[in-house]
Amino acid sequence: MNPSLLAGLVGAALVGLGLYGLIAHPHPLRKLLAFNLVGSGVFLVFGVVARRGAAAGYAFDPVPQAMVITGIVVAFAASALAVALILRLAVAGGDVSLDPQASGRRDDGEAE
Amino acid sequence: MIAQPATTPGGFLLVLAVLLPAAGTLFSFALGSRAAEKIALGLTPVGFFLACLVAMKVAAAGAPIAYAIGGLPPPLGIALRADGVSAVMMVTASIIVAAAAFYARAKFATPDGVEESRGALTFWIMIQAIWAALNLIFVGGDLFNLYVALELLTFAAVPLVCIDGRPETLAAALRYLLFALFGSVSYLLGVALLYGLYGTLDISLLAQRVGAAPMVWTAAALMTAGLLAKTALFPLHLWLPPAHANAPAAASAVLSGLVVKGSFFLALRLWFYVLPALPTAAPGAVLGALGALAVIFGSVLALRQARLKLLVAYSTVAQIGYLFFVFPLAAGAHVWSPLGWSGGVMQILAHAFAKAAMFLAAGLVAEALGHDRIAGFRGAARALPLTFLTLGLGGLSLMGLPPTGGFEAKWLMLRAAAASGQWIWSLPILGGGLLAGGYVYRILAPALADGEAAIQARPERSREAIALGLAVIALALAFAPQGFFDFLEIGRPFASGSAP
Repeated sequence: MNPSLLAGLVGAALVGLGLYGLIAHPHPLRKLLAFNLVGSGVFLVFGVVARRGAAAGYAFDPVPQAMVITGIVVAFAASALAVALILRLAVAGGDVSLDPQASGRRDDGEAE
Repeated sequence: MIAQPATTPGGFLLVLAVLLPAAGTLFSFALGSRAAEKIALGLTPVGFFLACLVAMKVAAAGAPIAYAIGGLPPPLGIALRADGVSAVMMVTASIIVAAAAFYARAKFATPDGVEESRGALTFWIMIQAIWAALNLIFVGGDLFNLYVALELLTFAAVPLVCIDGRPETLAAALRYLLFALFGSVSYLLGVALLYGLYGTLDISLLAQRVGAAPMVWTAAALMTAGLLAKTALFPLHLWLPPAHANAPAAASAVLSGLVVKGSFFLALRLWFYVLPALPTAAPGAVLGALGALAVIFGSVLALRQARLKLLVAYSTVAQIGYLFFVFPLAAGAHVWSPLGWSGGVMQILAHAFAKAAMFLAAGLVAEALGHDRIAGFRGAARALPLTFLTLGLGGLSLMGLPPTGGFEAKWLMLRAAAASGQWIWSLPILGGGLLAGGYVYRILAPALADGEAAIQARPERSREAIALGLAVIALALAFAPQGFFDFLEIGRPFASGSAP
């Protein structure tokens, strides 16, 4: 098994585990961690793509690496935004479940 | 596909159209909420003028205009390209952003004697950021560049949902963000696979190289699934109603009218511009079937809502469904595909204007009555005639009654369905119109009934006029001349004379 294949398989496994977590866990913080797991898997796939050097036959293609760096910045920003929302939700309501049955407050249509 | 010239005359206009609101966002952040309001309002006429200029350039050239960033042509550099649909979408975005901005002045003005207002600062920054991201989506020519634009759009849209900080709005924003994050990683994985196969992400270069390999199908499926989550197509629509119904009215208008169209526009780009080489019968049928289910479920749920804003939000779920009939009805290079294409684009425009008008009007109703429970609307139409006229006119377009843009869109789609022998799609198109008639009746019937509505605060005439203006545009779309539809054909792959 060569390193590219190994990295590709690990990437696929991370994406699969992350997707499972994203769907199965009700708690938003766990969903966020699962999203980061999927992201790591996708970045590994980008690494494999770079190693194969699809563009113009380079041994190592730098373009996917640039994309991974951009992708990491975007994923970091997304995670920060989500954590900020979860914290605000915890402060405001004390209840951070996304399960509609668990939410104590009913929306009664009063204008804000 | 048209061979890409590096930079055409007028190409720098595309850069300006993206950079102007982006620069406005940064300056607003630096200068505070009072300046942010002035910057955002001041930019709206400039942005509208730029979008019109782009449209005129495209019309004059009869071909897409392009700009190679840094003078580097693809595949090394990134290209911006505007064709007929891009230009029309840019003009639409500038009109709706301007309407929402002027409407929002009453709510998001920084009060005198207050140094800084958090809600106002967030609103004025994010509305400009949404505008910049939308313009980038409309003109982006590189799939990874478009990914970044899509993320910018999401990050700007989510804070608008929870701008007033109530726990239920925070939960709605968080759910929206999580759906969007799933969408973005799924899209990104598809981008990685496409790059691994072809070594480029430039849309026109990919169109020349893509073949129907299994890996291409995988990438297309991943990217489409991601875009559907962001567009809120059934069954990935769960986040939309609470998010759009809880946002302030001006934000809802932008979110429902424009933001969901951004990711839909990318789905159009993907299937019609990047992957024209794939056979479209099966994916078109799947997307069309999901669209049909969205029309039925969204409309039925809209019929059951007790609150006006939630009803309008569920109606968005239904109207998004119509957009996806474009995939079976405009596929390939048949005589009927231009009909389906025009119908799909017309549905984007008609829904954008009608829904923005209805959300703005719903906000006025909520402010005037102090609530938006439909059961409590008795006599409200007499007290707020202009606002309920707006809701009625917007509703006419949603139903698809002539003469409205919604009628034009559905008429074109029905003609494409008949001409292509795919009569099955005419059932949800017509059935959805009936259901829309039902939920619009539910709003108007109690409002027009006799009774004395308790008006707490009379809305300003200017804000009522803004909402009505948008509804009138949705009506006026019905009178679009043939030249408008010819304009939409500019740059479309398979359009007459540009065989792949």
